[in-house]
Amino acid sequence: MVTISGVNKHFGNLHALKDIDLTVDDGEVVVLIGPSGSGKSTLCRTINRLETVDSGSITVNGKPLPAEGRALANLRADVGMVFQHFNLFAHLTVLQNITLGPIKVRRTPKAQAETRARQLLERVGLAEKADAYPSQLSGGQQQRVAIARGLAMDPKLMMFDEPTSALDPEMINEVLDVMQDLAREGMTMVVVTHEMGFARRAANRVVFMADGQIVEVAPPDEFFDDPKTERAQDFLSKVMTH
Amino acid sequence: MFDNFELMAEALLEGARVTVVVTLASYAIALAIGMLLVVMSVSPAAPARWAANAYTQLFRNIPLLAVLFVMYFGLPSIGIETTSWGVGLVGLGMYTGAFVGETLRSGINSIPLGQAEAARSIGLTFGQSLQTVILPQAVRVVIPPLGSLLIALVKNSALVLAVGVTELTAMSRRLIEDDQSRFDLWGVIIGVTVSYLVIAFVLSYLVRLAERRAAFVR
Ligand SMILES: Nc1ncnc2c1ncn2[C@@H]1O[C@H](COP(=O)(O)OP(=O)(O)OP(=O)(O)O)[C@@H](O)[C@H]1O
Ligand SMILES: [Mg+2]
Repeated sequence: MVTISGVNKHFGNLHALKDIDLTVDDGEVVVLIGPSGSGKSTLCRTINRLETVDSGSITVNGKPLPAEGRALANLRADVGMVFQHFNLFAHLTVLQNITLGPIKVRRTPKAQAETRARQLLERVGLAEKADAYPSQLSGGQQQRVAIARGLAMDPKLMMFDEPTSALDPEMINEVLDVMQDLAREGMTMVVVTHEMGFARRAANRVVFMADGQIVEVAPPDEFFDDPKTERAQDFLSKVMTH
Repeated sequence: MFDNFELMAEALLEGARVTVVVTLASYAIALAIGMLLVVMSVSPAAPARWAANAYTQLFRNIPLLAVLFVMYFGLPSIGIETTSWGVGLVGLGMYTGAFVGETLRSGINSIPLGQAEAARSIGLTFGQSLQTVILPQAVRVVIPPLGSLLIALVKNSALVLAVGVTELTAMSRRLIEDDQSRFDLWGVIIGVTVSYLVIAFVLSYLVRLAERRAAFVR
């Protein structure tokens, strides 16, 4: 589904991604973890070219990322992205947030897009919020709408960049539950998260990053119970104690 | 004080009519230019950004009167026929367009970056993101400053008298300098002041209506 090879990325003097190689298979759930500033978000964002890379190649579904224009827009339509801060369109209702992409990008007739949007809202447990504006929803509700907005495009891949980090603790599970259902249904997912429980339950592989490098890749049980690298042991000992 | 009141009122009304027409027509030109400038200035194509920036710097830093003179005397000298009205409207419009562009740009910049990223990530093109996500939100932010530009334009429109358009200020001068001295100086001054105030109040009211309409969307 996604093949990343030899990718490097600088921000000025900062070498944010160092020789990254990673493949994500169809239906696989890959969880990216690592300390703050290790490049997890940057890596995620290169996959739909919200960040450009300096060298190396990225292919999605066998095709290299287009540089610009409509081809790039079409690729992005196939790759859903859920942001830490939801980024729902503030001037649109929940329903309009979800139907905008299908109507404008997929040219789906409005009525059909709305029917589908209501199904998705049902699925994330927010059927009654269709006509609300984002500012009228809680963080957890906004994030579930953002997931529905991504799913409305029938993406081949969904990316989540710390989807629960901006949420109050009591709202985290409602979002993780939706994500776990998705994983179970076979959606290909790349998830940046600090939720180790979710990683254990839903991930096929855990990718541990530090200082712009991929340091360790392992199935979740192996990674959490028996980390091989010192960096990973160190990181886990810090996050597990609290 | 109001000698020949009817005659004076008639003349001032005609001047006010010209002022309103000049203001609204050049504002329409300015809005069109401003929108073009802002689309260019956020475009991914560097030459478009440079061109927009050059235009803005040029028109923001030259006095309006100079713009009008350059167009009025300069264009005919390179073989382009002009009229007083043409120079007045286009000159005012081009000048104000630079300010409209800057206002729109600050409106766009006030929209959080995440909105544009979310728009792109669902597959909207640059143009679609602007049209469906960024501009509708920016419009709300910019209505009050665009309104101020409109009121400023009412006052700036007096400068087109320099290229021969008889708007409200030019008309009042004619009345004061009437060769038969039919009009009292203070009568004309009060008349022209009231006329400008009425125009400004009406336009401000319309701006406030627009503000309220845009605000209730949320
Ligand atoms: N647009 C940018 N300009 C300059 N530096 C950036 C930019 N984006 C990220 N960086 C830097 O690149 C490095 C990697 O950032 P990134 O956001 O990918 O880290 P992260 O692993 O997602 O961290 P966190 O857990 O805090 O979200 C950091 O040092 C960050 O400061
Ligand atoms: Mg991050």
